[in-house]
Amino acid sequence: MAGAGEGTGRVTAQLPILQVVVPLLAAPICAVLRHGRAAAWLAVLASWSVLAIALALLGQVMAGGVVSYHIGDWVPPIGIEYRVDIVNAWVLVIVASIGAVVTPYSVASVEHEIASRRIPLFYAAYLLCLSGLLGITITGDMFNVFVFLEISSLSAYALISLGRPRRALTAAYRYLIMGSVGATFIVIGIGLLYVMTGSLNMADLAGLLPGVWDSRTVKVAYGFLGVGICLKLALFPLHLWLPNAYAFAPSPVTAFMASTATKVAVYMLLRFFLSIFGAAFSFDVMALDRVLLPLALVAVVSMSLVAIFQVDVKRLLAYSSVAQIGYMILGLSFASITGLTATLLHLFNHALMKGALFMALGCVVYRIGSVHIDAMAGLGKRMPWTMAAFVVGGLSLVGVPLTVGFISKWYLILGALEKGGPWIAVAVLVLVTSVMALVYVWRVVEAAYLREFSGDEPTGEAPLSLLAPTWVLVAANLYFGIDAVRTAGVARQAAEVLMAGIGS
Amino acid sequence: MREEIIVRVGAKILTPFIIMFALYVHFHGDYSPGGGFQAGVILTAAFALLALVYGLAAVQRVLPPWFTRLCAALGVVIYGGVGVVTMLLGHNYLGYDALAQDPKYGQHYGILLVELGVLVTVFGVMASVFYLFAGRGRSES
Repeated sequence: MAGAGEGTGRVTAQLPILQVVVPLLAAPICAVLRHGRAAAWLAVLASWSVLAIALALLGQVMAGGVVSYHIGDWVPPIGIEYRVDIVNAWVLVIVASIGAVVTPYSVASVEHEIASRRIPLFYAAYLLCLSGLLGITITGDMFNVFVFLEISSLSAYALISLGRPRRALTAAYRYLIMGSVGATFIVIGIGLLYVMTGSLNMADLAGLLPGVWDSRTVKVAYGFLGVGICLKLALFPLHLWLPNAYAFAPSPVTAFMASTATKVAVYMLLRFFLSIFGAAFSFDVMALDRVLLPLALVAVVSMSLVAIFQVDVKRLLAYSSVAQIGYMILGLSFASITGLTATLLHLFNHALMKGALFMALGCVVYRIGSVHIDAMAGLGKRMPWTMAAFVVGGLSLVGVPLTVGFISKWYLILGALEKGGPWIAVAVLVLVTSVMALVYVWRVVEAAYLREFSGDEPTGEAPLSLLAPTWVLVAANLYFGIDAVRTAGVARQAAEVLMAGIGS
Repeated sequence: MREEIIVRVGAKILTPFIIMFALYVHFHGDYSPGGGFQAGVILTAAFALLALVYGLAAVQRVLPPWFTRLCAALGVVIYGGVGVVTMLLGHNYLGYDALAQDPKYGQHYGILLVELGVLVTVFGVMASVFYLFAGRGRSES
């Protein structure tokens, strides 16, 4: 039986499972609570402990290497293994920090946007989504990935459908159809790999796959996994579910999903294709870089262009998200350590900037009920703190120095220049699309600061409970933009681990 | 169907046996096909049969909707709770060996308990879904 002294050591050993189990068990308790506020504070408590666990895990991994946890004491590859290395410890910290900021933000926002009898159910679905995303990231078992993918997706559909406009239902339904197709493709891919190797454990698969590389089944599995994951991460031609889902979901859901769900999907892509199949197979045999490069470039250019012409600012940012995902995939398509560093950095940085931007928009919705660009006229004077947050987030999106956006673009351009030759054009394209981002951010800034407010109803600043979490993310945008040593260091380490493969 | 005496009496006689069969499928699940999921569906079927014959209102007096929702949440807590208990006993999450002196019995109890959680949740969700569909257009609008 546990003595008091060995108690802490025992808790440390259980951290990987607690990472998932804390929100997973808080969810059903939220669902049966009658009071929205009680459920809200339970969710806040859960999300903060999730962040503490994620940070502790990152510390453990940085200090002592890979952490492996055997569920039910079954030894892998037979049992399910939770395996934390620097790559997923990093993604866990991203997801957990966004969760820890968005949950307290949602307390006031949700009371304003969702019927009160549904609020406990909202938090149940929200915590399920959080635990699903954390589960995908932490597990070292392919089938477990699929299970958590379903948990996070199903709760995400429910969360989006809670949006106030009636069109939120069709948006959620469309996401449900496309998300289910994606999940089916992924499970078919996993099934084919299982047929070929008889294993579902990622590290084990990485060892077994080189023996069956030549078989067509493995290549078909690769294709299925690729299309399925790209549907989930909304890579350019497969992004159609995203704009409406983000535009019509409740504000905290948009902020949470935009900064976590697609990031976890990118992580899945990296984990499956680089860790399990291996960089050599992906880049040399399957030509992954040459497939992804044009898609990423088209995504960045066309979606930035579409974003310029949006009048609903939430939709504008949604299209911008698809473009930003293009940057992440672009980094991967460089097939180099620097490119991957840019991808991993942008996972974190984009979560910070889009989180801040969508949360600022949530403040606007709270006060004026609309994010149409005309409704935001003159808002700079009426809601100075909210719009200032939006401006800083927007500058970060453009990539202005002293913000995190600059760091991402810096590494991206560095990766392109490193390859030289025709890749210089890619670097130029990154600069051009940054100007396009400036155009769509400027349209909002112009409306808010230069246009006069025409109505007469007075609107005050958003309450502190919304502004404080928003500004936490804004401050993070600036802090990690000025001092990028730590984030860039972790991202580079993670990139090296990914390129080396899971075995080493 | 409410007027048919044979249907009414037949449903009444069958209901306890269906519930018994659900429990059999659950408790025998580790020796033969079955388990918590199937048992939960069969258990719901017993109440669905009653609702078809005696009407939704009569069944909801016995099995109120708030109770089915509570079950849906409770089952997850049972499943996860077993894992937490094994952790507190010094094993890994869901390490059933912790549940008894002899690991053989520990595994046996553990699987029965988590399957009980599955039964309760599946029953709760299926019954809630049944109520939602059966009640459409009656209570609201």
